[in-house]
Amino acid sequence: MNQSDPLLQMEHISKAFPGVVALVDAHLSVNRGEVHALVGQNGAGKSTLIKIFTGAYRRDSGSIIFDGRAIDFQSPQQAQNNGISTIYQEINLVPFRSVAENVFMTREPRRWGFIDWRKMRAETATLLKRLSVSIDVTQPLMNYNIAIQQMVAIARAISFESKLVVMDEPTSSLNEREVETLFTIIRQLKADGVSVIFVGHRLDELYAICDRVTIMRDGRTVDVREMKGLPKVELVAKMLGKDLGEVRRHGQTSFEVGQHHVEQEVLLEARGLRRGRVLQGASVNVHAGEIVGLAGLLGSGRSEVARAVFGADPLEQGEVRVEGKQVHFHSPADAIHAGIGFCPEDRKMDGIIPYLSVRENLTLAALPTLARNGIVSREKQQEIVDHFIRRLGIKTTGPEQKIRELSGGNQQKVLLARWLCLNPKLLILDEPTRGIDVGAKAEIQALIEELAEKGLGVLMISSELEELLEGSDRVVVLHDGQTVASLDRQDISLNAVLAVMAHGDDDNSLETANKEEDVQHGEA
Amino acid sequence: MADISTTKVSGSNRLATGWTRSKSTLQRQGPLIALVILVLFGAFRYDNFFSTYNFLTVVSYNTTFGLIALGMTFVMMTGGIDLSVGSLAALCSVVAALASPFGLLAAIGAAALAGLIVGLFNGWVIAWLRIPPFLATLAMLLAARGMALVLAKDATVSVNATSDWAGLSQGILFGIPLPVFLLLAYAIGSIVLNLTRFGRHVLAIGGNEEAARLMGLPVERIKLAVYAISGVLAGLAGALLAGQTFTGSPNEAVGWELTAIAAVVVGGTLLTGGMGSVWGSLVGVLLLGLVFNILNFENGFGFISLGVSWQSVIRGVFLLIVVLVQSRLTRAKKVRLGQEPSGP
Amino acid sequence: MAKLDPATTTVAHRFVLPERLRNFGQTYGGLTALLLIILYDILFRPHFLQVQSLYNDLQEVAPIAIIATGMTLVIATGGIDLSVGSLMAFAGAMAAVIFLSPALSNIPLLGNMLALIIPLIVTGLLGLFNGFLITRFRIQPIIATLVLFIAGRGMALVLSNDKLQDFNNPGFQFIGQGSVLGVPFQVILMIIIVAVFAVIMRITTFGRYVLATGGNEAAARLAGIPVNRVKLAVYTISALLAALAGFIIIAINSSSDATRVGLNGELDAIAAVAVGGTPLTGGQASVPGTLIGALIVYLIGATLVSQNVSFGVAQIIKAAIILLAVYFQRQRKG
Repeated sequence: MNQSDPLLQMEHISKAFPGVVALVDAHLSVNRGEVHALVGQNGAGKSTLIKIFTGAYRRDSGSIIFDGRAIDFQSPQQAQNNGISTIYQEINLVPFRSVAENVFMTREPRRWGFIDWRKMRAETATLLKRLSVSIDVTQPLMNYNIAIQQMVAIARAISFESKLVVMDEPTSSLNEREVETLFTIIRQLKADGVSVIFVGHRLDELYAICDRVTIMRDGRTVDVREMKGLPKVELVAKMLGKDLGEVRRHGQTSFEVGQHHVEQEVLLEARGLRRGRVLQGASVNVHAGEIVGLAGLLGSGRSEVARAVFGADPLEQGEVRVEGKQVHFHSPADAIHAGIGFCPEDRKMDGIIPYLSVRENLTLAALPTLARNGIVSREKQQEIVDHFIRRLGIKTTGPEQKIRELSGGNQQKVLLARWLCLNPKLLILDEPTRGIDVGAKAEIQALIEELAEKGLGVLMISSELEELLEGSDRVVVLHDGQTVASLDRQDISLNAVLAVMAHGDDDNSLETANKEEDVQHGEA
Repeated sequence: MADISTTKVSGSNRLATGWTRSKSTLQRQGPLIALVILVLFGAFRYDNFFSTYNFLTVVSYNTTFGLIALGMTFVMMTGGIDLSVGSLAALCSVVAALASPFGLLAAIGAAALAGLIVGLFNGWVIAWLRIPPFLATLAMLLAARGMALVLAKDATVSVNATSDWAGLSQGILFGIPLPVFLLLAYAIGSIVLNLTRFGRHVLAIGGNEEAARLMGLPVERIKLAVYAISGVLAGLAGALLAGQTFTGSPNEAVGWELTAIAAVVVGGTLLTGGMGSVWGSLVGVLLLGLVFNILNFENGFGFISLGVSWQSVIRGVFLLIVVLVQSRLTRAKKVRLGQEPSGP
Repeated sequence: MAKLDPATTTVAHRFVLPERLRNFGQTYGGLTALLLIILYDILFRPHFLQVQSLYNDLQEVAPIAIIATGMTLVIATGGIDLSVGSLMAFAGAMAAVIFLSPALSNIPLLGNMLALIIPLIVTGLLGLFNGFLITRFRIQPIIATLVLFIAGRGMALVLSNDKLQDFNNPGFQFIGQGSVLGVPFQVILMIIIVAVFAVIMRITTFGRYVLATGGNEAAARLAGIPVNRVKLAVYTISALLAALAGFIIIAINSSSDATRVGLNGELDAIAAVAVGGTPLTGGQASVPGTLIGALIVYLIGATLVSQNVSFGVAQIIKAAIILLAVYFQRQRKG
C-alpha cells in the first residue's frame, strides 16, 4: 500500500432515483492527511455522493477505492467499522445520555459482563483531551452547547480510529471562537494522518482550513482545485455554473430585459430583522410593480427573511411596514390578511397538502372568501379553479386529481394560484422554479413578469442567477444574515452579484470583482 | 491551544444548564422526599400505621403493582407503552391456577411463560409490523382478557392449594417475605439498566431512536426484549394475584396498567422515554400506595369520605402534573439542541 | 446535507401488497366486507332479518357509531382521543345524578333538560381541556388524552358515589329506548350525526381545515389556517359526541354503572375508524366509511356470539381484526 496513494478514490459514480438523476459522473479523490472541501449548491449531489461511500446508499455504477481496497459498504455501521466516520449537521447522538455513553455507544467497555464505567469515563476524557476539551463526561450531552456536542461527535469518530472523517456543515451553529477551536482540532487530525472531508458553504472558512476543493454541480464533479490561489469569485462562479468571461444577458430566461414600471409607493419595508443565528439585521424593500431579487449563498438568511416577513417565524428584533404602516404579524393569517402571499422553498414539506385535490389545494387560502355561512360554494370554487388551470396552463387530469400526482412544475403553479386568487399586493416567492422542467419554468417566469406589470410587488429568492439577474428590477444581496448590497438595474451584472456573494461586506468587493473581470478580459 | 471547556458557555445555555441540573435533582429525589414525608405524616397521625397488619397490607397489595411497574419502566424508557399488562396479569393468574395441580413452582413458571409469549408477540407487532405501541397493546388488552375467559371457561379457576400457597396469601413465598423478592427484582432491574449494554441501549432508543439506529443499535431486538420483560413480570404478578385470592379470575386486574403508568411517571421516567429510574418506579408505586393507604385511614376517621373511585382521579391528577412538568423539560431540551425556536 | 434517511438504511422487511389489490381494497373494501357479513348473517344467523333482532343490533351499534364519528375527526387531524370511553361514563353518571337529585325529581321536565345540557357542557369543557393540553402545551395526543382516560371514569364514580344508579325515567330514556315511526331514536340520532358530519367534512371550510391540518400541518399554517383552533374544536366535538353516547347507554340500561359504561369504547371507536378506511396518520377522513366500519366491527361480534362462539374468543377475534385493519392501512400508505 503506497502511502502517497489517495485514501479515497471515487470515479464515474452515478446514481439515479425514480424520477430524478442525482449523480451523473461524479469523482472524488481525497489524499491522506488532507482537509478536502466539498462544495456545491442544493441539488448538486454532494449529499448523495457522501451517502454512497458512507454506506447509506448503493451506487449504480462507478468504482470506490478506500485505503487501497475496493469497497461497497452496505450500512453506515459497516463504513464506521472500516474507518469512515460522519459527523452530521444535526449531531446524531442521544441528548439524554452522558457524554461518555455517547462516545462509546455500542462498544461500551465491559468487565465481567458489566459495563466498566470507570474505564469508559477515563477513555472518553482522554479522547476529549486530545481535542483540548476537558469536561465532565458524566453529564448528559444536552447540558452542553452545540460546539461541545460536536466535539463529542468527533471524539466518537476518533474512538473508531477513523481514517476519514466527513463533516457536514460543522460550523453552521458555531460562533467564531468555537469555529477556531474546531479548526485547531481538524489541523490536529490532519497531523495525525486523518483525512477530513469538509462540506460547507462559508467561503472564508473553506479557505482557512481546506487544502483542496471538489466543486460539484448538477450531479457532476465540475472541478478539483487547490484552495490556495483560487479566487473566491471563480469558486462561486464554478459552483453556479457561470463562466466569468461570458456575460450573456439575453435569452436565458423568459424575463424580458427592460425596466418594469415601478411605482413610487413602497409596499414593504423590512429593516433590522434579527432571529437566532441566521438573521443578523437584514433589510429589504419592495415597491409596487417591482421585482426584487434576493440573492445570497446557502445559509445567508434568504428564506428566513421571507418567513419572518410573512409572519411564519417570530422575529426577535426588527421592523416591518406594509404600505407605510407598521405591522406585527403573529401568524401567516395576519400577513395574508394584509395582502401578502408566500410560496415556500420546499413544496413538499411546506406547500402542498398531498392527499387533497388540486381544487382543494388551490383554494385553500381563499376558503373564507368562497364560503357563505361556513359552507364552501362549490361553484365559485370550480370557477376559480377552472380559470387558473387555463390561465396558468396547469396540466392535470382534472381539478379532482390528487396534487401529489402532479409534476413539480404543475404543483408550483397550483401553489402560485393559491395566492393569486386572493389578489395579493405582495408575493414572496422562495425558489419558484426549483426542480421544475424548462417549459414550466419559462411559463412561471413569464407569469411573474406579468404580475409585476399589473402592479404586484414581488420578492423573489432564487439560486439561479440568470433568473435573478434578468428578472429583477433590483437585487438585494444577503451575506451571513445581513444585507450587504442593493443593486439597481444598471448596476446589476453577473460579476457584481457574484463578487458580493463571495466576499460579503468586504470593502472593495465590487472593485475586486471588476479588477478580476478586467484581468480575464485582458487575458482573453 | 484554545480550551473550550473553559470557554464561557453562552448566557442562555448556562441558565438552561443550571435549571436542568436542579430540576433533575428535584425530579430524581422529589418522589422520595414526598414518600418520606408521607411516612412520617402517617406515623404521627395514625396509631397503627406501623402495625404489621398495615405494613403487610400496603406491601403485598403493592408487590403486584411493583412488578408490573418494573416492566412498564423498561417499556416506557424506549418511548413505548404497554396497556395490556392488566389483562395479561389476569390471564396469567388463570394460567397459574390451571397449573397449580403441578405445584406452586410450576404455576409460577407457567404464568411467567405465558406472559413471555404474549410479551414477545406485543414486541413483534410493535417492532416489526410497526404498529404504534398504544394501539398494539390496547388490542392485546382486549385479546388477553378474551384468552383468559376462554381458558377459564367463562368462570374462575380455583387454585389447587397446597401449604406453599397458604404462605402466599400471607405475603410469604417459600418462606421468604414477598417484599424481598420485589426488592430483588428491582435490584436486578437496576443493575441491568445501569450496568449492562442492554440497559443503556434501552435508554438510548427512547432518547433518540433515529440516532440510536444510525449508531448501530439493534433497535427492533431491543424493543422486542422490553415488551417480553414486561410480559414476564405481568405473568409473575398474575401468579401472585392467584396466590392472594386462591383463584385465577379473568375479571381481576382491571386498570392495573394505568396505575403502573402513573407510578412510573411519578417516579421520574419520562413518558416520551430516554430518561428514567428503576428505583424511582418503586418509589412511585409506594408513594401512590401510601397515598391511598392514608386516604383509607382518613376515611376511617371520618374526616373525609373518599370512595375507592377517587383513586383513579388521583392517579390522573398525578399523571397530569408530571406530564406538564415533563413537557417543559422536553421543550427545554429541544430548544437547546436548536430544533425549535425559543419563542412561544 | 439532508439527514440520513432511516428508510434507506434499515434492513427491516416490509411486505407490500400488489397495487391493484390495494386500490380495490381502498375503494370497495369496506362495503364489500359489510355486504359479505350481512350475507353470512342472513344465511346462518337465525332470526337475523326479524325486526326485533335488527332493532337490537341497531340500538347497540348507534352509540359506537356516534363516538366513532368524533374519533374520525380527531384522527383526521393526526391525533387520537383515548378518553372517549371514560367521558361516556362521566356524562352518563352526571346526567343520572342530575335527574335523580331530590331537588329535581319533582320537576321531571326541567330535570331531564338539565340532565342533558349540563353534562354536555361539562364534558365539552373536558374535551376542550384535551385540546388545550395538545395545542398549548404541545403534549402528544396519546398522552394528553391518557389523563382523562385514567381519571374520567374515576370522576364518574365519584359523581355517582360509587353506586350503581337505577332509574325509571321515560322522558330521559327516550333517547335510548324511544322510537320514532318504528325506528329506535338513537338510530335516528346516529344517522343525523353521521350525515351532518359527513356533510361538514365535505363542504364546509372547517372540514377542509381539518383535513389540511392532518395532511400537512406546516403547509396548513402557512396557508393561514388556524391550526390550533381546529384541533381544539375536534377534541371538543369528540367529547360532546361521547357525552351523547353516554346518555344513550344509560338510557338503554336504565342504569348508570360508571364502571361499565363506555368500557373499551375508545378501542371500538378506533377499530371502526380503521376498518372504515380512515388512515390513522391523518389527512384523510371518511365519515360514512367509519359508519360502515362500526357496523362491520359490531356485526362480527354479534355474529360470533350468535354462532355460540364464546365471548372470550370473540374478544380475541375483534382484537385481531383491529390489528389487521391497521396493518393493511399502513400498507396502503406505503
